[in-house]
Amino acid sequence: MEAILFYGLAALAVVAAIAVVAQPNPVTSALALIVTLCCLSGIFGLLGSPFIAALQIVVYAGAIMVLFLFVLMLLNVEPERSPSGPRLALVAGALAATLAAQVGWVLLQTDRGTGVAGFHVRTRQMAMILFSPEGRFLYAFEMVGVLILAALVGAIVLSREDLP
Amino acid sequence: MLEDTILNTIPFLALFLPLGGFVVLSLFGSAIQREGDARGAGILACGTVFVAFVLCGWSTARLEGLLADPDGLRFAAPHMLGDKNVFQLDWIEVGALSIPFGLLIDRLSIVMALTITGVGFLIHVYSLGYMAGDDASVRYFSYLNLFTFFMLLLVMGSSLPLLFIGWEGVGLCSYLLIGFWYRRKSASDAGKKAFVVNRIGDAALIVGMIIAFHSFGTLDLFELNSNVGAKPVEAFGTFGIITIVALLLFVGACGKSAQLPLHVWLPDAMEGPTPVSALIHAATMVTAGVYLVARLAPLYSHSETALAVMATLGTLTAFVAATIALVQTDIKKVLAYSTVSQLGYMFLACGVGAYGVAIFHLFTHAFFKALLFLGSGSVIHALSGEQDMRRMGGLRRQIPWTFWTFLIGTLALAGIPPLAGFFSKDAILAGALAGHHSLFFVVGWLTAVLTAFYMGRLLILTFFGDYRGEAHPHESPPSMIIPLLVLAAGSILTGWVAIPELLAAALRAGSEAHAHPAWLPYVATGGALLGLIISFYMYTLYTEVPRKLGTLLGPVRSVLENKWGFDLAFDWITQRLVLAGSRRVLWRGIDDGTIDALVDAAGAVTTRLARASRVAQTGRVRSYALVILGGAVALLGYLLWGR
Amino acid sequence: MSDSVPIDHALLLSAALFALGTLGVFLRRHLITIVMSIELMLNAANLAFIAFSRSHGTIDGQILVFFVMTVAAAEAAVGLAIIIALDRIKRSIDVDAFDWMKW
Repeated sequence: MEAILFYGLAALAVVAAIAVVAQPNPVTSALALIVTLCCLSGIFGLLGSPFIAALQIVVYAGAIMVLFLFVLMLLNVEPERSPSGPRLALVAGALAATLAAQVGWVLLQTDRGTGVAGFHVRTRQMAMILFSPEGRFLYAFEMVGVLILAALVGAIVLSREDLP
Repeated sequence: MLEDTILNTIPFLALFLPLGGFVVLSLFGSAIQREGDARGAGILACGTVFVAFVLCGWSTARLEGLLADPDGLRFAAPHMLGDKNVFQLDWIEVGALSIPFGLLIDRLSIVMALTITGVGFLIHVYSLGYMAGDDASVRYFSYLNLFTFFMLLLVMGSSLPLLFIGWEGVGLCSYLLIGFWYRRKSASDAGKKAFVVNRIGDAALIVGMIIAFHSFGTLDLFELNSNVGAKPVEAFGTFGIITIVALLLFVGACGKSAQLPLHVWLPDAMEGPTPVSALIHAATMVTAGVYLVARLAPLYSHSETALAVMATLGTLTAFVAATIALVQTDIKKVLAYSTVSQLGYMFLACGVGAYGVAIFHLFTHAFFKALLFLGSGSVIHALSGEQDMRRMGGLRRQIPWTFWTFLIGTLALAGIPPLAGFFSKDAILAGALAGHHSLFFVVGWLTAVLTAFYMGRLLILTFFGDYRGEAHPHESPPSMIIPLLVLAAGSILTGWVAIPELLAAALRAGSEAHAHPAWLPYVATGGALLGLIISFYMYTLYTEVPRKLGTLLGPVRSVLENKWGFDLAFDWITQRLVLAGSRRVLWRGIDDGTIDALVDAAGAVTTRLARASRVAQTGRVRSYALVILGGAVALLGYLLWGR
Repeated sequence: MSDSVPIDHALLLSAALFALGTLGVFLRRHLITIVMSIELMLNAANLAFIAFSRSHGTIDGQILVFFVMTVAAAEAAVGLAIIIALDRIKRSIDVDAFDWMKW
C-alpha cells in the first residue's frame, strides 16, 4: 500500500522537477517547485518523519516559495529565453548525468544499517533532542537562530535602495 | 736577545721609512711646504731615503759579520720561534698556502737595496733642483718615496707574493710618475701605456706563480730554490713544469724590463720628469725583471729551454733597440732605447748562466745610466725645456760641469776601460763566448759598436759644434750638479767591485768562472772605439754623410724610424682585435643578443602565458560553476573508481 | 506500518532530483530559476538524509534535515536580496549579463 503511494509521489515529484527546469516562465517554474516540495513532504511522512513533513510544507513550500513568488512579482519578469546554446547543454548534461551516476552509486554503496521495523519519530522526541541540554543539538539550534538573524539583516541591507 | 730583536727590525725600518715618508707627505705635505722651507717636502723625502740607505748599510755590515752563514739571514717580524733566529709574522694562512711577511736579506738583496737607496737618494737630491718651481712637487716627492718603498719590498721580500706586491707597486708608481704632468695628454697616455703593457707581463707572472705553488708547494724564495735544486735539469726542447714556470715568469720580467715585444712603453715613459726616468727607467724598476731571474737562478739553471729563450730574446732586444736609437732626435729617447738595449745585455748574461755578471752590469748600469739621464735633465733644464738634439750644440763651453760628467757617463756606457761599463760588458761577452754561443757574442759585439756610435752621436750633437737653438743656456744649481759628480765617481769606480764573485754563494747557480780569452778585452774596447770614431767622423768632420746615408738606405731608415713597427702592431691588435672584437662580439653578440634577449624572452614568455590563460576569466558565473562541477565529477570519479 | 518503502528507490529518487537540479543551474539563464534549482538540490539531499535515518533507525538524519532546512531558508532570503540589488543596477536578471569580473 505504502509502496504504491511512494511510487506515485516519486513519479509526480520527478515530473514536477523536470517542469521546474524546463519551463520558460519562471512563475510556472516556481509553482512546479511547490508541487515537488509537497510530494517530497509526503514521501518524508511515508519514511517515518511526520514532523519534518509538516515542516517541509510550512517552511519550504509555505514561506520560502512564497518569498520567491513575491520577488518574482516585484521584478516583473517576462518569460525570457534565448537558448543557452547546445554545446553548453551537452556538456552540462553529460556532467550532470555522470554526477548523478556517481552520487547514486555512492548512496547505494553506503551501509544501510539495521533498520527498525515501524520506524516513526514522534514530534516529542524531536523536541527533546533539539532542546534538552542532554541532547547534542541545543547549541547548534541556538546558532542557527543567530544565522537566521544575520540573514535577515543581510537581506534588508542588500535590498535597500541607496540613500540620497 | 733583545739586541737581536732590535737589530732584526732594522731592515724593516729601512723598508717602511719611505712608506712613512709617503704617508706624511700625502697627509701633511702642503702644510710642510708652507711652514718650513719652500722645498720642505723634498727635503723630507730625501731624508727618509737617506736614512733608509744608512740602515741598509748597517744591515750589510751585520750581514757580513755573520759570514759563517753563507745562505744569508732571514729577517722576519717580531716573535721568537724555536732556536733559529727566525721570526714569523703569520700574514696569510689559507689551507696549504702560507705567506708570512718576512724579508730575505742576503748579498743579492742587499746589493739591490743599496743601489736603490743610494742612487735613489742622489736622484731625490737632484729633484730638489729640477722640480723647484713646480706646483705639484709635494705630490712628486710623495710618489718617489712610495716608489722607493715598493722597490725595496720587491728586492727584500722573502716570498714571491711579497715580491709581486712590490712589483705591482712600482708599476703603479711608474704610472703615477710618468703621467705626473697629467694635464698633458701625451703624458697621461704614456702612463696608461706603461701600465697596460706591464699588466700583460703581470698576467703571465701570476699564472707562473700559481703553477709554481701547485708544483713546488711553496712560494717562499728560499724554499723554492731549495726544492728546485733537487730536480733534474730539463733539456732544451722539453717543456716540463720548471720550464713553463720559468718562461711565464720571464714574460713577466719582459713586461717590467722592457724586452721585445713589451718594450714599447719605455720610450713613451720619457714624458715623465727626467729624474723619474733616471730612477725608474734606468736604475731600478726596469731592473726588477733581471733581479727576479737572478733570484730564481737555480730554477732557471734547470731549464735549458728558458735559458735559450732568454739569451736569444735579450740579444735581439739589445740589437734592435740599439738600431732604433741611431735615428732618434730626442735626447731622452736615445737614452731610453739605450736602456732597453742594456737590459737586453743583462738578460743575455742570465741566459748563458752568468747571473752574477748580469747583476754586475745592472749595478754599473744604474750608475752611468742615471748619470746620463740626470745629465740630460741638466741639459734640458739649461735650455729651459728643449729636448730635441737638432736644436742643441756646442754646450760644452756653457755647461761644463754637465758636459764633463756626461762625457764620463758616455764612455762608461760605451765600454771604455777603466770605466765601469767596460768591466761588466766585457764579462757578459766573455760569458757568451764561454758557452760556445758565438752568435750571441757576435751580435753582442756589434751592438756594443752601435752603442758607442749612437752615444757618440748624442754627445757631439749636444755638446759640440755650433749652438743651433734659441734659448739661453745656463748651468744647473748645485743640488743638480753634486749628484752628477757622485754618479760620475760611481761610474768610474764601480767596475772594480767584484760583484759576480761576491754574489756567487747567494745565487747558488754553480760556478761562473769562465775562461776569459786574452784577446777579448781588446776586441771589446776596439769595437767601442770604432763606434766612437765613426760617430766623430760622421757628425763632426763629414756632416753631410748622415744625410746621404739616410737617403741611400731609405727603407732601412723608415724601418728604424718606425721603431720596427712594434707600436703599429700593437695599435692594430688593439684596434682590430680587441676593440672591434669587443664591440661586435661581446657587446652586440653576447650582451645585446644573448643576455638581453634572454631577459626579454623571460618577460615575453610571462606575458604570453598570461595572455593565453586569462581567457579563462570570462566573468560569467556559469562557466565558473561548470568548472566546479567538472572538478567535482572528476574528483569523485577518481575517489570511487580510480584507485 | 509495514516497512515496505524500498530505501534503494528513495535514494535513486534523491540522485535523480539532484541531477535535475544541477541541470537547472546550468541550463537556465534566469537568476531566480537558478536559485530555485539549487533549492531542488538541497531537497534531494534532505530526502537522502531522511531515507538513511529510516534505514539506520536513528533520529540523527531528521535532526540534520531540520538544520538544512533552516539554512536553506536563510540562504534563499539573502540570495533573493542580492538578485533584487543586481536588478536595480543592471535592469536585467540574465546570469550572463553580469560579467564585470571578465579580464
